[in-house]
Amino acid sequence: MNASDILDYLGIIPLLPLAGAVILLLAGRRIGEPRAGWLATGMMALAFLGSLVALFALLSLPAEGRLQVNQVFTWLPAGTFSVGMGTQADPLSVTWLLLVTGVGLLIHLYSIGYMHGDPLFSRFFAYLNLFAASMLILVVADNLLMTFLGWEGVGLCSYLLISFWYRRNDAANAGKKAFVTNRVGDVGFLLAMFLIIATYGTLEYTAMAPAAEIISAGTATAIALLLMVGAMGKSAQLPLHLWLTDAMEGPTPVSALIHAATMVTAGVFLMCRAYPFLEVSHDASVVIMWIGAITALLAGTVAIVQPDIKRALAYSTISQLGYMFLAIGVGGYEAAVFMVLCHAFYKGCLFLGAGSVIHGNGDNQDMRIMGRYRKFLPVTAFAMVIAWLAIAGIPPFAGFWAKDEILVEAYAHGDYGVWIVGTAAALLTAVYMTRLIFLTFFGNARFEGADAALAVPVVSGGSDEGDPAVATAHGPHGSDGHDGDEDPFEDHPTVVFGEPPRPGRLHGHRPHESPVLMLVPIVVLAGLSAVGGLLNLPFGKLDFLHQFLEPVFEGAKGVKATTAQKLTAEGLSVLMALIGVSIALLVYRRGLRSPDRDPLVDRLRPVSTLTGSAYYWDAGVTRFVGGPGERGASWLNRVFDARIVDGAVNGTAWLFQRAGRAASRVQDGYVRRYALGILLGTVAVVCFVLLWAGR
Amino acid sequence: MGFPLLLAIIVTPLVGAVVVALLPAARTEVAKALGYAFTGATAGLCGYLLWHFQTGDRGFQFVYDQPWIPGLGVRFTLGVDGISLFMVVVTGLLFPLGLLASEKYITHRVKAYVAWFLLLETAIMGIFLTLDLIAFFVFWELLLVPMYFLILGWGSARRKYAAMKFFIYTGLGSAFLLASTLVLGFLHQADTGVLTFDFRTLADWNGLTGTAEVLLFVGFMAAFAIKAPLFPFHTWLPDVHTEAPTAGSVVLAGVIIKMGAYGFVRFSFELFPQASVDLAPILLVLAVIGIIYGAVVAAMQTDLKRVIAYSSVAHMGFVILGIFSLTVIGIDGAVFTMVSHPLTTGALFLLVGMIYERLHTREIGEMGGMWNVAPVLTGLFIAAMFAGIGLPGFSGFVGEFLSLAGAFLYERPFAIVAALGVIFAAVYMLWPFKRAFAGRASGSVARMKDLDQREILVVVPLLALSLFLGLYPKPVLDRIEPAADRAVRNFERKTDYRSPEESRDRRDTERRVEREQRRAEAREGEQ
Repeated sequence: MNASDILDYLGIIPLLPLAGAVILLLAGRRIGEPRAGWLATGMMALAFLGSLVALFALLSLPAEGRLQVNQVFTWLPAGTFSVGMGTQADPLSVTWLLLVTGVGLLIHLYSIGYMHGDPLFSRFFAYLNLFAASMLILVVADNLLMTFLGWEGVGLCSYLLISFWYRRNDAANAGKKAFVTNRVGDVGFLLAMFLIIATYGTLEYTAMAPAAEIISAGTATAIALLLMVGAMGKSAQLPLHLWLTDAMEGPTPVSALIHAATMVTAGVFLMCRAYPFLEVSHDASVVIMWIGAITALLAGTVAIVQPDIKRALAYSTISQLGYMFLAIGVGGYEAAVFMVLCHAFYKGCLFLGAGSVIHGNGDNQDMRIMGRYRKFLPVTAFAMVIAWLAIAGIPPFAGFWAKDEILVEAYAHGDYGVWIVGTAAALLTAVYMTRLIFLTFFGNARFEGADAALAVPVVSGGSDEGDPAVATAHGPHGSDGHDGDEDPFEDHPTVVFGEPPRPGRLHGHRPHESPVLMLVPIVVLAGLSAVGGLLNLPFGKLDFLHQFLEPVFEGAKGVKATTAQKLTAEGLSVLMALIGVSIALLVYRRGLRSPDRDPLVDRLRPVSTLTGSAYYWDAGVTRFVGGPGERGASWLNRVFDARIVDGAVNGTAWLFQRAGRAASRVQDGYVRRYALGILLGTVAVVCFVLLWAGR
Repeated sequence: MGFPLLLAIIVTPLVGAVVVALLPAARTEVAKALGYAFTGATAGLCGYLLWHFQTGDRGFQFVYDQPWIPGLGVRFTLGVDGISLFMVVVTGLLFPLGLLASEKYITHRVKAYVAWFLLLETAIMGIFLTLDLIAFFVFWELLLVPMYFLILGWGSARRKYAAMKFFIYTGLGSAFLLASTLVLGFLHQADTGVLTFDFRTLADWNGLTGTAEVLLFVGFMAAFAIKAPLFPFHTWLPDVHTEAPTAGSVVLAGVIIKMGAYGFVRFSFELFPQASVDLAPILLVLAVIGIIYGAVVAAMQTDLKRVIAYSSVAHMGFVILGIFSLTVIGIDGAVFTMVSHPLTTGALFLLVGMIYERLHTREIGEMGGMWNVAPVLTGLFIAAMFAGIGLPGFSGFVGEFLSLAGAFLYERPFAIVAALGVIFAAVYMLWPFKRAFAGRASGSVARMKDLDQREILVVVPLLALSLFLGLYPKPVLDRIEPAADRAVRNFERKTDYRSPEESRDRRDTERRVEREQRRAEAREGEQ
């Protein structure tokens, strides 16, 4: 079997986790706790192996021949339009396959530890596998509609997993909000597809480049921007970002896999597939570039003052995704993909680390009452420090290479405006990440009973047994267990900005390290965050990823940066990172004097209030929908539909009845007789009118 | 002529109805068994029909033709094409499932219930199969009788009001239909000297003047728009749904409201092509209003069954949108939705019925936390809900997508506004779902039982079929297409309307050739 034959079987990769999901949905409860997790993880391992095979098969082909489309069957034939189910093996899809299956495998593994003891353990893995299958369908698709199938599939899984602890009102609401917001984006996606059908008739990716050349620039702009609306929904770009922070209501592995590493990058994938339209339409590129830049900056300003570790990371994700769209807008598609990979490494690590922290300290997510956790979670702390250096853009860690390539592209492209905004966002990134790491792992310990906890020698290794306080502290799933003595705050693990800290959130638990099963994925991702830059070093022939992806983006008018430009952009961004880290160190080096006194928040008032509340956009939308929106809909229902539309119907019926009574002067109460009379009368009248008018 | 298959499909349930009616009232078990036997036999005949239907054929198949009332030129003509085929098949499928779903709920006067139910099937089959306008009208009216008695006999609290509303409202529409049919026949007689109500003869006749055509179109439309139901003629639907027994709702949402849409494609299009083309924008406006309005009002309902009833208004909006896009792709999508909607909405109505049997309420506010106690019910509800929302992979998406694409080709603003319905669909389903299923269980919900085997067996086939058709709709689309194509060609032959799909054809082919070349080159490059 030669390489291209192998690539024809790319469609098997999504089917593996799909099979896992089906088995677990049907027989999950019988399979039981550890085995369900191992089954799902095994499916991901197989899918990862399959992706590796695909990578080597692709690499064995000459660079310009690395495109293999295989139409499996006709999905939707209607009139002159037809679209199939098929796979497209090219460097872009294989890159994403490796990302999804690789990071997915690690996070499945982690989840076996994290979800331990949850009554819905097997259902969780069924959803997780279903998600992986949908995401893989999204990336192997050879046409937009099949990508849309995966796109909605991941939306469904995101909904199910955010609402996973459905007993919590906040979780159920967050899932709904995520799905509905994404649907707003989907309208853009759908309309883009209709426009493509109307202008050149086929949704296949291989037809996009030739199509972009023949359609008008205006149409290309419209298609690109409509697709971007879809991407804004899925990738949480302004102004459709407001679901992602609420999505943190889901279990933390979900936040890591779906809402940081993979699903939210689907928008970037989509725009990479649609690059021919961006090449034609300068206007669309400019809009996308600015959406990305502004998102990167504003989300950074919000992240900087969040008290909740997961929410801070969520805003950070929004900001980092902004960079990716900035890259796409300036034509740096390879840079965007590089950023996607590096971001998956370090943000995956950070979220899993955050999960380890949350898991290990009685479900507390409030950083203001953490501190000095490196004593209790040394491995997690070590891994997260590496990821912190990576995301902050300190060389030689992965984030530096990825972010700087984007900023260099923007600078070389001559888009100085977005370059400045992007560089400013780099400063913010360094500040909020340093703050997060120092509030969590360094400085003073601020939780209840910290002194006593610190006095006891720490046993590393994270075995749950042997520590009575720990044995009962089973993750966020605790909320399922004790219905009797309810903690009023149990239903709200999320800490919103402005909420006073409650040192008792740990419920007397001493922070502890997580089991090995959870630590392995964290450490592996930390390692990748450290060396991820090797994928694409900007020296000579070391830019492997760039070379690999280049054939996908043939015809893209990339700008080759001069050494001077590189040095300027990179130098400035490293400087910004160092300044950011220094500022945060100055402020948070020793932790917080008291949990309710965050110096950055206090000193920057009232600006911090504005940014901390995410510029009130979310609250505003919620109030509009819940206020005038709901009132209007309610009016339609209660007044317009019931009184006016239906009132007219009932009124007419009443009139007829009265007329019938008056005419016959018989009141025997048989409505049916009137009805018959009315019908016959109507027939006669209508016949007469029609015959008379039709002559 | 061979075996009159279509006649058998109509007559089998009728025979069943008569036989069951003659039984002594105490023999409920026999009545039930006969009900299953006759609906099952009909379903079998439908399966046979599906199997032997010729896919590429553009005309009517299995035609059966007998004089009925020779003096008036009325004949009993039956025929099936791609548009009616699946409505017949879906009807055949829904009736046995409807009986199965009634097992627990219908406990009194079972014999009468089964008899009316069988008569209802005859009426529906007749409507979809007859090609004579008078016979069509007779079946159209016949439908009202069993439906009226089913609601009145086995409905909920306000059943009298609902039954009467249904009877008068749709009866009023029928009056317009009858008058228009008679006038059409007489005009044809005045022109050609032949009195006939044969649909195919009248469709070939081009003697209508402009005004007469428009008026007759409006007359037919009155009947079809009420039944569809098109905004603002929809208010009977939620009332009837709420009061009707579950099986009645399933059949009502599944096939009865499709009759309006079917009437437009089958009769209005071919009999009044010019008027259809001219008045299409008006119907599109009503369809778009229905999509948005139905969705918004659905979101505000406090009764779970009314949510689904209003969602049907929105879904039928998509059907009318596709039909009056006057494109093959749009009509394909509309007819496909007519096949898919019974599956998804049928499943939802069945599930709501099962919830009602347990909690004796449909008020969303009195539910909450069902996910904790009934995971299977919840899982199936989630599947049905997302199938209804139009998640790709389920059949609902295929129909919606094609209808919208057709509308986009015809006139973009309609499709753009209608596409917003996609957002509202998520709102009106997920919001009630959250209130009814998420949270903690308390009170009667906490004591509620999950679905039993029989109930699972009722719902799963519908959802499985929806999933299958969502992933592989080709067999259905291939059979619909020739008929949809015939409808559009009919416009192009008789009016100066030109389908927007045509102009694209040639470019499309050119591009495909080009792409093939590129691929061949790429392959050569490998070797």
